[in-house]
Amino acid sequence: MFVPEMMVPAQKELEKAFNENAFEKDFQDELDSLLKDFAGRETPLYYAKNMSKDLGCKVYLKREDLLHSGAHKINNTLGQALLAKKMGKKEIIAETGAGQHGVATAMAGALMKIPVKVFMGEKDVKRQKLNVYRMKLFGAEVIPVMNGSKTLKDAVNEALRYYLANVETCYYLIGSVVGPHPYPRIVQHFQKVIGKEAREQILSKEGKLPTTIIACVGGGSNAIGIFDGFLGDNKVKLIGVEAGGNEKKHGKTLGEGTVGIFQGSKSYVLQNSDGQITEAHSISAGLDYPGVGPAHSFLKDTARAKYASATDNEAVEALKYLCKTEGILPALESSHAIAYALKNKNDFGKDDILIINLSGRGDKDVNQLMEEI
Amino acid sequence: MFGKKVFMPFAVLGDPNYEDSLKIIKGFAKNGAGALELGFAFSDPIADGPTIQKANNRALENGITTEKSFEIIEEIRKTTKMPISVMLSYNIAYNYGPEKFYQKCSTLGVNGILFPDVPLEEASGLIELSKKHKIAQVFLVSPTTTKERMGALNKCAAGYAYLVSLLGTTGTRPEMSEKLPELIRLCKSNMKLPVYVGFGISKPEHAKKVVMLGADGAISGSAFCKIIEQNLSSRREMHKRTSKLCLEMSEAVKNA
Repeated sequence: MFVPEMMVPAQKELEKAFNENAFEKDFQDELDSLLKDFAGRETPLYYAKNMSKDLGCKVYLKREDLLHSGAHKINNTLGQALLAKKMGKKEIIAETGAGQHGVATAMAGALMKIPVKVFMGEKDVKRQKLNVYRMKLFGAEVIPVMNGSKTLKDAVNEALRYYLANVETCYYLIGSVVGPHPYPRIVQHFQKVIGKEAREQILSKEGKLPTTIIACVGGGSNAIGIFDGFLGDNKVKLIGVEAGGNEKKHGKTLGEGTVGIFQGSKSYVLQNSDGQITEAHSISAGLDYPGVGPAHSFLKDTARAKYASATDNEAVEALKYLCKTEGILPALESSHAIAYALKNKNDFGKDDILIINLSGRGDKDVNQLMEEI
Repeated sequence: MFGKKVFMPFAVLGDPNYEDSLKIIKGFAKNGAGALELGFAFSDPIADGPTIQKANNRALENGITTEKSFEIIEEIRKTTKMPISVMLSYNIAYNYGPEKFYQKCSTLGVNGILFPDVPLEEASGLIELSKKHKIAQVFLVSPTTTKERMGALNKCAAGYAYLVSLLGTTGTRPEMSEKLPELIRLCKSNMKLPVYVGFGISKPEHAKKVVMLGADGAISGSAFCKIIEQNLSSRREMHKRTSKLCLEMSEAVKNA
């Protein structure tokens, strides 16, 4: 863990609280009940008939978009907010990019009666107005961050700085498998429900494992969540899709980054040769991040997972495609995973079974789409 | 090497640009400073408040690099023998190559290295490098550091203990923490190294107070960065005021 001395005791306390609570039956029962009755798990594994026909293979969509709040983020926020409550914390803070994690944290905070502050880059505040308003409806305070690129990375920096100053009373509820230890482990733990369900569902529907899992990767929480269920199944290909952005800028941290120490962990990062972090770009705020979870760096280095990318345009086309073909509006983030399947359809044959993690719904993106397209 | 009753000003190398930065730091050396703490600019420093973040950005926008930062240190070293400590986010040294970084610092006569984002748990390799290259590995001690942890730090840390006066990021504050006397006492009684207090020290009376409370030195950074920020249009004022504040702070420490 690469954090200032002030935070070390808090990270140790967090790890201890996580180890003591998260694996206890009472905690798990309470969380399972919230995931089921509050958030709407389990989510369906939907056989996308029309898309399957187009691609010439079987395509299943893991419908995290149907969750309460509209994305997979709530799996983690309910788990961590419950942990914050057990730890007796007086306040929860979070960073958000697209706003989905902010909304999911605001909901969890309202539910557990713990006040929530959400740090959000000013650029994201503008392009995700709807989610900003939703957070406020749930009683959260949204703090626009004016530093740096005014996106997710700067929101994380500000949240870390606030945490440093309030480390004794405040719980930092991080939204992806990034940040200092033990966060990547905690977030993966709460997101692995996606992969666990998907594995059971595909075995029950098809009687066999899928050939390929595809998920978008920003920080990487939805991807690690679904990959986790199949890590031991060596024949199942795991594909993470990063933001290809436009001709000038992108968010291909695993594709083009190098190893560095950023926001508390050692992982791939977009940086120059001096180690200055460079700005990422994606049409989707949730993938607009120059870092990535250390677990993905490990999966890349060990070649267990493969990382590819889809551009802004490809993601928008994929979003439109899924709307018209399946009657499903995916988030721009998740559209990158759809785009990968569409543009690589020649790689798949009739015996292939794909599971695409549809990590969120696109309602939040409608405003931006109306303005930009 | 790092002595007692020391005022240690901090500046970001290359802030606001190469020439002025060099001149400001030389000004510190001529105006009472007992040691220098020089920061390498980083795009995303997590322990810094808005003032030092802006200083980092100014330096980067005006073209500072790791190599040019070393050049400034080389120039400073020609004019003074006082202890120089460098402070930087670990990513900068990691990308330069840790071994190469320590070697370079050693060649330039740097006396201490502090990575604010590397706690003791991650530091074993760096401590070895610091011993090999005869540079003090400096660590932060904070209000959340327990007595036991101070004991562990005491075994590994060298140079001086950088005692963070409060919970939070760097930056000027009107008042000092009420818990500071107890914190200094605790740090002094558990660590053999000289204790220099930093974070939130922006006025001569703050510097004087920490020394009167038993600290061996005071560190101030944001107050200087703020002067730079407010005098970008007048280099003369910038140099005059940073030197003047350094002298006042140094005298406050000496007279404490």
